[in-house]
Amino acid sequence: MTNHWRDIKNADVILINGANPAEAHPVGFQWFMQAKLDPTKGPGNGGGAKLIHADPRFSRTSAVSDLYLRIRTGTDVAYFGGLINYVIQNNKYHDEYVKNYTNASFIINKDYKFKDGLFSGYDAKKRTYAVETWAYDNEPGPDKYAKRDESLKDPHCVFQLIKNHYSRYTPEMVQTITGIPKEDFLKVAQIVGEMGRPEKVMTIVYAVGLTHHTTGSQLIRSAAVLQLLLGNIGRPGGGMNAERGHANIQGNTDNAISWEILPGYLKVPLPGQKTIEDYVKVSASKRLLGISWNFFGTNYKKFIVSLLKTWYGDSANKTNDFAFNYLPKPAGNSSWMSIYDQALQGKMEGVMLSGMTAASIGPDSNQVLAALSKLKWLAVMDPFPTTSSEFWHASGLNPADVQTEVFMLPATHWIEKDGSFVNSGRWMQWKDQVIPPVGDSRHDHWIIAELFHRVKALYQKDGGKFPDPIVHLTMDYKNPLKPELDEIAREVNGKDLKTGKRLATFAKLMDDGTTTSGNWIYVGSYPEKGNMAKRRNGVQDPKKNDPTGLGFYPEYAWSWPLNRRILYNRASADMSGKPWDPKRAGIAWNGSKWVGDVPDYPPKMNPKDPKAWLPFTMNGEGVARLFAGSMLDGPIPEHYEPVESPVKNALHPDMSASPTAFLYDKAAKRENRFGTVDEYPIIATTYRLTEHEHYVTQQVPHLVQLQPEPFVEIPTALAKERGVKTGDMVRVRSKRGKIEVRAVVTNRVGQLDLGGKKVYQVGIPIHWGYVGIAAEMHPEKSKFWMANNLTPFVGDANSRTPEFKAFLVQIEKLA
Amino acid sequence: MATVTRRGFLSWAGIGTAGILVGSELGFDLAQASEIKQQLRIAGATEAHSVCPYCAVGCSIIAYTRKAADGSVKVLQIEGDPDSPVNEGRLCPKGATAMQLATSDRRVEQPLYRAPGATAWQKMSWDDMLDKLAHRIKDSRDRTFVATDKKGNLVNRTDGIAFAGGATFSNEEGYLAAKVMRSLGLVYLEQQARV
Repeated sequence: MTNHWRDIKNADVILINGANPAEAHPVGFQWFMQAKLDPTKGPGNGGGAKLIHADPRFSRTSAVSDLYLRIRTGTDVAYFGGLINYVIQNNKYHDEYVKNYTNASFIINKDYKFKDGLFSGYDAKKRTYAVETWAYDNEPGPDKYAKRDESLKDPHCVFQLIKNHYSRYTPEMVQTITGIPKEDFLKVAQIVGEMGRPEKVMTIVYAVGLTHHTTGSQLIRSAAVLQLLLGNIGRPGGGMNAERGHANIQGNTDNAISWEILPGYLKVPLPGQKTIEDYVKVSASKRLLGISWNFFGTNYKKFIVSLLKTWYGDSANKTNDFAFNYLPKPAGNSSWMSIYDQALQGKMEGVMLSGMTAASIGPDSNQVLAALSKLKWLAVMDPFPTTSSEFWHASGLNPADVQTEVFMLPATHWIEKDGSFVNSGRWMQWKDQVIPPVGDSRHDHWIIAELFHRVKALYQKDGGKFPDPIVHLTMDYKNPLKPELDEIAREVNGKDLKTGKRLATFAKLMDDGTTTSGNWIYVGSYPEKGNMAKRRNGVQDPKKNDPTGLGFYPEYAWSWPLNRRILYNRASADMSGKPWDPKRAGIAWNGSKWVGDVPDYPPKMNPKDPKAWLPFTMNGEGVARLFAGSMLDGPIPEHYEPVESPVKNALHPDMSASPTAFLYDKAAKRENRFGTVDEYPIIATTYRLTEHEHYVTQQVPHLVQLQPEPFVEIPTALAKERGVKTGDMVRVRSKRGKIEVRAVVTNRVGQLDLGGKKVYQVGIPIHWGYVGIAAEMHPEKSKFWMANNLTPFVGDANSRTPEFKAFLVQIEKLA
Repeated sequence: MATVTRRGFLSWAGIGTAGILVGSELGFDLAQASEIKQQLRIAGATEAHSVCPYCAVGCSIIAYTRKAADGSVKVLQIEGDPDSPVNEGRLCPKGATAMQLATSDRRVEQPLYRAPGATAWQKMSWDDMLDKLAHRIKDSRDRTFVATDKKGNLVNRTDGIAFAGGATFSNEEGYLAAKVMRSLGLVYLEQQARV
């Protein structure tokens, strides 16, 4: 989230796409309802914020929304694109913000083109783009600053390219692609259009219903472009707010258990980068305008050197380029599906899973099971048995044939250890250890530390390939086999090696090896004065603890970076430093300093100084990107069909699905596993229920009682055609596999009219499998309960996120 | 952790008593009575702060524990933290049943090993388990380690091992995992954000 949960109460309009917060994030949803029930919020003269829910399924979120739009899954780029078109064509955008806070005025390379569904630079054989023509045109001179046209009239400026691009997204086109009736769409457009007024603000809330598509990255960008045109990023009540689905998914992204980043969103080094200088040159953003601070790019070297110093101590020094050669450089994409793809190709020997079950997560669980069967070994660290620890006796596999050695390492649960969780809104809360570990279970971090120690001892005894990063890794804990999480939290914060004191801000980090920090965005979370994540000054005294009344609660927990509650908050005020809406000020210039939230700006920089930095201090541009040449599948979001779709792309039928979606099976020359509309005519999507969290809740009796068995939601009209009633057993199959579950016949899911063509969508909750209480009660039936048996093994070009949320199935009634 | 009574125990009890007297026409208020019963249940308990382990709203929770005579610690109750600006004491059905996750009798309590082709688990000591797994990690690393790629670039990576860490890791566990795995040369690192 750019903002945070409680901040949603500050919005006038809440657009909800690819999310069902009333059911999937129910307690966070109270802030949506507070906005709705607050008569000072809302478009026009107020009367309460408007909630607008676009979703394939009518849920409890829809039930309390002011407008519900049944949208075809995976078509949100067309919806947001239609809104962008409306906002531009009707001059509803926030003019001052667009001119000064976005790259609207930047001139793009004259050879940039978009035609017939393809951007310039496409290589059909590789299914990738060469991106040279997506670059900014430079001013002549040594600085190569970007050329701009502040009148926004140059045909090659970003604003004109965006305007032209989305002119195709008419209300009629939106209806044809999404299934949303034109009249309903125009009602939304009218409300959204009002949010470009400086004193109004809208938030966009989304979840994995937007990310889990082969166009996932662009789905989100299309919403962000709309928010930038309306001037709603950086403001209380605004922003782009991802509702994340696991307790510390945010923190584990920040700390980079993710192939493409190091802690603090530093890029992973790549082959060919011989030195830190090479690495920084490729990875760090460049200053593109004279008044762009380019904070991240400018300080990149300090962050990577401080990280290497933290990890390798005295072994990282100036003479060996701070042990840069210790960091592994991946050959290519090494994300989730790539792991199993490599296993299928016989190149992956061992997998360690901790609190994640590959078999249930999928996609294409049958293919993942085949991949697990090809491993030499699998280690599962988990408090409970999982579908991965038990995969070797899953349906379709004969244990005697599965040569994978499996290690089940019983781990402790969250309540048996301390440590911090970071929620969706970046609030870092410390938790106590409440009870001791059960039985002989051990903490994950102790298992990892001891395993590491034993591997290190083997290298020290027997030698082996490049032991240097192993033998020189710092494990400076009181007991290196049992590090305390408090010790690690202090290590992450970092310190000044000259004084030994922990740092309070990343502004103090150095690139000469005199500072450490395991994650630069967490500097200040644990300074000398203590663990800030333990702070508890909350709603027991709102007057004292929430001085602005906007819900920042600056002394409750801690929020990265630097306890800032709203990212990009310089953009909450105009160029002179006056808040767009004084009643909802993010920060404000009081004549001598910035007040309000922790400013995303030098605290005393006078905005009226002609040399004052531009508002988006992290970007090389100094402004936000409507047009982003760094995306792999196009600089402007474009609608593409899901890889499995019942219709051709109405914008460009010959370039229907994303031309850059990564087709794992095709690339590895495996058999095609995509189905066609002739065999599989029904659109399916997957989702969560309130009473379950992925798969672990299959171990919780009350929750299994509340939602005991899997099901598929089937539209009433389709059920009639197939002779299916609620409670009947049905088989749902895709090209990849099947599930056999009960039918729930309902109008929550329905039929869509796509310009004359009628299609059905069905919905499948993801929570069941062959492990857990319900599975033990139904050992035979539970063989065909995993929703991800159905989902396709294909990834978004940028993120390689699988297309869990849109695929084709057929449904039959079982006798 | 601090040993305290439930927040505002006395003041709540006072209101509760008044409720019994005047709160209902029958002179008896079930809600108030059950409130008092709850309070007695956790009176004098140890109060610990935690966070719900499920979705990323990050509801702050309070766990009440009591030490038994044999020294074991028992969780009495888990409830939403009323002071938290995140949830103001509220919990959803999952958070409200967090105690069943915390005190489950369905846990794996000791290491289990399944040999290639075996049809059942066998129990194994931690020492044997970690020893065996450390050898597997070293062997796979040494077999699949690429020091220099085909273009002659120094890459120092382990191609044949992957680590995927769940999103119920605390920051500190996740950080340690990333630090250790990168140093073993792993490039296949993943967590729940993408899937």
